[in-house]
Amino acid sequence: MAGRYKSDLNWSDVTPKDVWLNRRKLMAGAGAMALGSIAGPAAAGLNARKTAYGEGLELNTWDEITSYNNFYEFGTDKGDPERYAGELTTDPWNIEIGGLVDRPGSYGLEDILKDVTLEERIYRLRCVERWAMVVPWVGFELADLLDRVGVQPSAKYVAFETALRPEEMRGVRFPVIEWPYKEGLRLDEAMHPLTILATGLYDEPMPNQNGAPIRVVVPWKYGYKSIKSIVKITLVEEQPPTAWNEYSAHEYGFYSNVNPERDHPRWSQKYERRVGGGLFARQTPTAKFNGYGDEVAHLYAGMDLIVNH
Amino acid sequence: MSVVKRVNRAIGLVPPLAIYVLAVLPPVWFLWQAQTGRLGVEPIKALEHELGELALQVLIATLAVRPVNKWTGINFLKLRRAFGVVTFFYVFLHLLVWLVLDVQFLDQIWADIVKRPYITVGMGAFALMIPLALTSNNLSLRKLGPVRWRRLHRLMYPVVLLGAIHFVMLSKGFQLEPYVYLGVILALLATRIRWAGWRAVWARPAS
Repeated sequence: MAGRYKSDLNWSDVTPKDVWLNRRKLMAGAGAMALGSIAGPAAAGLNARKTAYGEGLELNTWDEITSYNNFYEFGTDKGDPERYAGELTTDPWNIEIGGLVDRPGSYGLEDILKDVTLEERIYRLRCVERWAMVVPWVGFELADLLDRVGVQPSAKYVAFETALRPEEMRGVRFPVIEWPYKEGLRLDEAMHPLTILATGLYDEPMPNQNGAPIRVVVPWKYGYKSIKSIVKITLVEEQPPTAWNEYSAHEYGFYSNVNPERDHPRWSQKYERRVGGGLFARQTPTAKFNGYGDEVAHLYAGMDLIVNH
Repeated sequence: MSVVKRVNRAIGLVPPLAIYVLAVLPPVWFLWQAQTGRLGVEPIKALEHELGELALQVLIATLAVRPVNKWTGINFLKLRRAFGVVTFFYVFLHLLVWLVLDVQFLDQIWADIVKRPYITVGMGAFALMIPLALTSNNLSLRKLGPVRWRRLHRLMYPVVLLGAIHFVMLSKGFQLEPYVYLGVILALLATRIRWAGWRAVWARPAS
């Protein structure tokens, strides 16, 4: 098992589940939840183990988290994923795990999930576009899966790939970036206890627009590093190519750690704005490593994070 | 009576004032949508985008008046000035949303204008529109004289080009929509080139 991140934070500040659930019931009554891509409130929760992550963080609502998404496989508008991601078949789902591992192969999602304990992790999410959210993810540490397949000593990086299904993903018919979507992490980043594979949020199965059925969440990096709907995990020796970095390397670095000191060439990263604050929402200062510096800054000791942005 | 004549007669009945009054409706509509959650959970960006795109659309309409007249005989010339002023109004609102609601901090605003090429381009377009907006009245037309006035108002061509480039530059990834706008605008600008004697366009004497 991976080393568990311990903290003395408290669960008590979180929006009680019945508060948002009640809101969803009202919507379901109005027919708004009829799409079927999202499990209805009657569906059994995932019963994820509560953890102490995210004390003092105010959660974004289910509606905010599931209606404002960057998932360009379904279109570039923030509302496109909610509109069209329902077309993606997420069951059955297999992940091809290969490269420098002892037990490569095609792993069914149920097989992957049968050995893990799902936990609720409340994390900040910071998009490179300057908006931010707080999301109660459900998942397990990526390290658990990597340990299970046996990472060979020569492996230095983990490469991920999103599904590419033109018949189910209308956005990939246009080359916004080079498909399939690819991401990567350094092995120590991937093994870090904060890095999870998420299969749900708000104790519900992952909505398609948020990367169903399984996605990475790396909370100290810009959102695009947290790759969605993963079908391939490869352990490699060299730094793997990643989608946005290939598109524009000076704008999107391999590391992409949240860093107010390193501006995106087209906009400043000094401030961010929380989604859901309405027309007069204030900007707030961006925190280095998205506020997870205590846990992850040591991974980059001695590195110039402006050069290695 | 031909269709064109009928259309032109109808256009003749529309006072420019009606255009100004109607022009207020879309921003009010957007603002109401933003306030009531109908523009999504991040209404600031949405409002900014809606106003910018609307400005580009009216800009294209303004630019299209001449070629539409040339090819179809339908004549919107009487309303063109109103279209131009409305464009300025929308660009101004777009800028205002960016300044007040989006960026918020003065030091950030200035840093963005200087350091971010797409914002520099957008601000450039806005700056070029100011003399056009200020002289969009009969008194200015009389004072400048029609030749000088017309030459000044050729600033519209760089404005519209900068507007399209601004949209292309701010998009993340390779997206279709901004290039559609750029293509339409380039096509409309191409109709303005006098292929026979294009050198004369800018070099013509003032009198």
